This record gives sequence, structure tokens and C-alpha cells, in this order.
Amino acid sequence: MPKERASKFRFSGLQMVPPWLASLCLLVAFGCALEWAVRSGLVSRLIVAKPSEAILGLVTLQQKVDLFGAIRTTFGIVATAIVLECLVALPFGYFLYRRRDFGLAYGGWLAAFFAAPIFLLYPLFMVIFGRNQITLIVMGFLPGVIPLIIHVEQGFLGVSRTMLNVGLSFDMTSRQIFWKIMVPAAAPSIFTGFRLALMYTLINVVAIEYLVNVGGLGVIVSDRYFRFDISGTYSAIIAVMGISVVFNWAIGRMERLVRPV
Amino acid sequence: MIEVLRQMSPLPRRVLVIKVVTALCLLASWEMLSLSGLFYKGIMPSIVEVIRACIAEIADTSFYRDLGYTMLESSVGFAAGSVIAIAVAIVLGRNPYARRVFEPYINALGGTPKIIFLPILFLIFGLGIESKMAKAALSAFFPVVLSTTSGFIQIPPVLLRVGQSFGLSRWQMVQKVYIPAMSEPLLTGLRLGIAMAIIGVLSAEISYSNVGLGYRLIQNADQFRIPSVYAITILIFAVSVSINTALTHLQSGMTKHKQGRSPEKTVDALTTMVARSA
Repeated sequence: MPKERASKFRFSGLQMVPPWLASLCLLVAFGCALEWAVRSGLVSRLIVAKPSEAILGLVTLQQKVDLFGAIRTTFGIVATAIVLECLVALPFGYFLYRRRDFGLAYGGWLAAFFAAPIFLLYPLFMVIFGRNQITLIVMGFLPGVIPLIIHVEQGFLGVSRTMLNVGLSFDMTSRQIFWKIMVPAAAPSIFTGFRLALMYTLINVVAIEYLVNVGGLGVIVSDRYFRFDISGTYSAIIAVMGISVVFNWAIGRMERLVRPV
Repeated sequence: MIEVLRQMSPLPRRVLVIKVVTALCLLASWEMLSLSGLFYKGIMPSIVEVIRACIAEIADTSFYRDLGYTMLESSVGFAAGSVIAIAVAIVLGRNPYARRVFEPYINALGGTPKIIFLPILFLIFGLGIESKMAKAALSAFFPVVLSTTSGFIQIPPVLLRVGQSFGLSRWQMVQKVYIPAMSEPLLTGLRLGIAMAIIGVLSAEISYSNVGLGYRLIQNADQFRIPSVYAITILIFAVSVSINTALTHLQSGMTKHKQGRSPEKTVDALTTMVARSA
């Protein structure tokens, strides 16, 4: 117990610093330590690039690999895949909710597919569709559509019976009950599915881009690596990380707008 | 068979019929597509050819060597990644301030496609199985740490106070209080973690390797042995779905075990457990 108290006391001193500032300081300290380790030769320059070089390399990355073009390509593919996912998953998820027999029959299969490494199908789709963006769209679509179907079904299943009865007692039509009660009640779950779909789509599209070397964010990392441009590889990784952080942050903000407090 | 169907209640019977009819429709559509000539020859082999390729793969001893490598890399990486993740989750769960400091980085890295870190792993660990293990550890770490941290936060404070009032050491708290109390989110995280570790290893093997199922798959694709590509994909799916199903059953078994317990009973059980071990 005294040890516990001592650790709490030690920690309370740190708590004077706001967490965001401590996070930032930690990142800067880690960067400085790494810079020193690489400069002093403690860590080989052939393995880790100097953080300063990697950050400055972001400026020249546009000239080397057309970063903005890669962002446009990847997000174009992700957007197309997401539109297709919504077109398929929203009606199919609702169908599985309406027809419980189908919902129960396909639920296990969907869960199994969700756990399976779907990206392994890419050699087959490359043979079928060719080494182009259609393969990337299909490979983004498949892992994204499954969580969306599952969450649409779960969202409608989770609508409380009491709320539906309230709608009926107000003599609402089926259409009114659907739009005014069921859709708003299922929205948080549907949006969770949408967020998962977006994340899985982005992750799979970038992974296939990396493996197949077809235009986009994944390619800029593999391109720099296969040219043995160590600092360029690190710059490309920082760029892709930064973009996915902004992307995930934007999805999180959107989700907060939909979720009840 | 018909008698068994008759004895079933209407809903399970309909579910079974839908499953069987859907599976038959899918197989028939596959066969029709393969015979239709819509695709280039060999791209869509017949089901018989795929089954033959599956049997050939299962009969081939080199398949088990590759399966062994993939499983070794996945399991070692998963074990390392999840042990580190659980330790980090306990530290973050115990200290709300540390959680607020480190959470932005964990969330940011967790949502990033891990494949982009492959060049760094290849540079640090080389092109052998070590880099694949590191990839598995990296892939498994994030789902386990996120799920376990949220599980830790949800531990009823009464359990923590009981543990503290018995003067348990830090290790005893981990062993007797934290792990049992957050078993459900922990198992969810581990289930996701193992799936991610397998995917991580396969992607690394596809990228650069000379052993493992990912390498075997891409070798067959490069040599245009399409029935074997289908067969290996089906076998990998079967392995990963089996692992996931086994963990889901384990988890639901543990959940059922926990459902019968009220918080008071949990405190009683904990008190007894602590008393026995003291």
C-alpha cells in the first residue's frame, strides 16, 4: 500500500501538465532521442532515417512521387467502394432484419467472412479484372461491405419495441415509423458499421496498392523502399500515417454528430 | 433426413433450408460461370478442379511446412504482441492521466494500415521469419490494447477496492482481479488480435518471403496455377475461420459462466479466491 501511495504522489506532479502538452512533449523528446541515436551512430542510418531528414523529406515527396495525386487516387477508390458498399449493405442489412430466417441463416457466414483474410483474393481478382483500379475497388468493397451489413441488421434489431408501439399508438403509417423511429434509432449502429467499413476499405486498398504497386498511397511507400531511399521511405510512411490519422479523426467527428450524447 | 427435418421446429428448419439452397445456388452459379466462357480459360476453374487442387495441397507435405511457418510466425508474434498489449493496457487503465497522454498515439497508429510499416520491419529484422513475427506482433497489439484498456476502465470499482483491502501485491492484482474481471473484452481483443496477426503474417509473406502460406499463394498466382490459388485461399480461410470459431466458442462459454454471477457473487468469489491464495 505505501508503494501505491508513493506512485500516486509521483504521478500527481506530472498531472500539472495538460495531457495534450505531455503527448506533444513526448513525441518531440522521442524524435530528439532518435535524432541523437542516429547521428551518433548508435542506430544505423541504413536502418533508421534521421527524423529531421524524414520530416524535411515530406516537402520533396511531392516532387518525387506526386503525393497529392496518390491521395486523390486512393480516396477516389475508397469513395467508389464506399458508395457501392452502401448501395448493397443498406438494403441487404434491412432485408436480413425483416426476414429473420435469412438473417439467422446468413449471420454466421457473414461473421466467418468478417474474420477471414479477404485480401488474399486479390491475385484472383487481378487475373479476372486485370492489374487496374477495378481490382482495387472490388478489394476495398469486399472487406467493407460485411461489417456494414452486420451493423445495419443489428441497428434495426436493436430498435426498442416500446418505441415502435408508441409510433403505432400515434396511428403512424409504416413509412412514417420507418423514417421517424427506426432509422434514427438504428443510426448510431449503422454509423459504427459505416466507420468500420471506411477503415477496412482504406486499410485494404492501401495494402493492395502496396503489394501490387498500382497507383495510390500504398505505392509511394513501396516505391521509396524499393529504390533504397531510406529517408524517403520514412517520409512516405509519415505522410500515409498523417493522412490516415486525419481520415480517422474526420470519421470520429462525424460519428459524434450522429451518436446520442 | 426428411424425418429429422420434420421433427425440427419451423424457424430452424427454414434457416437450414435457406443455407442449403443458398450453398447449392452459389455452387451452381460458379459451375455455370466456369462453363460459360465469359472469362479467359482457366481463370474460373470448375468446382471439381478446385476440389482436386485442395486434395493435392492437403496431400503435399510442403503445404504443412508452409502452414507450420505461418502458424509459428503468427503465434509467436501474437503472443509477444498481446502480452505487451495487456501490460500496456493495465498501465493505461490504472493511470487515467497516462491514458490521456498515450491514447492519441495508440488510436492514430491503430487506424493506420500496418502494411506501410513493413519496410521498417524488413530494415530492422531482416527478410527472415523474424520480420513476419514482428509484423504479427504489431498487428495483434492494437486490437488487444484498445479492447483491454476499455475492459479495464469498466471493472467495477468494488472489485479493485476488495483487492486493495486484502493488501494484494501488484502481480496478485493482475492475476486475481484485473484479468478475471476483464476476461470478456480481453478475449474479444485476443480474438481480433489473432485474426489480425494471421493477416499481418500473410501480407508480409506475400510481400517478401520464401516460406509460408502467403508465399505459396503468390508463387502459384505468379505461375498461373489458378486451381491451386483457389485451393490455398480456401484452406487459409478454413484455418482462420476455425481459429476464430474456436475462440468465439471459448468466449461464449466464459460469458455464460459469468452471466450467472451477480456483482455480489463476484465479490464473494474474489474474496474466497484471495483467501485461498493468501
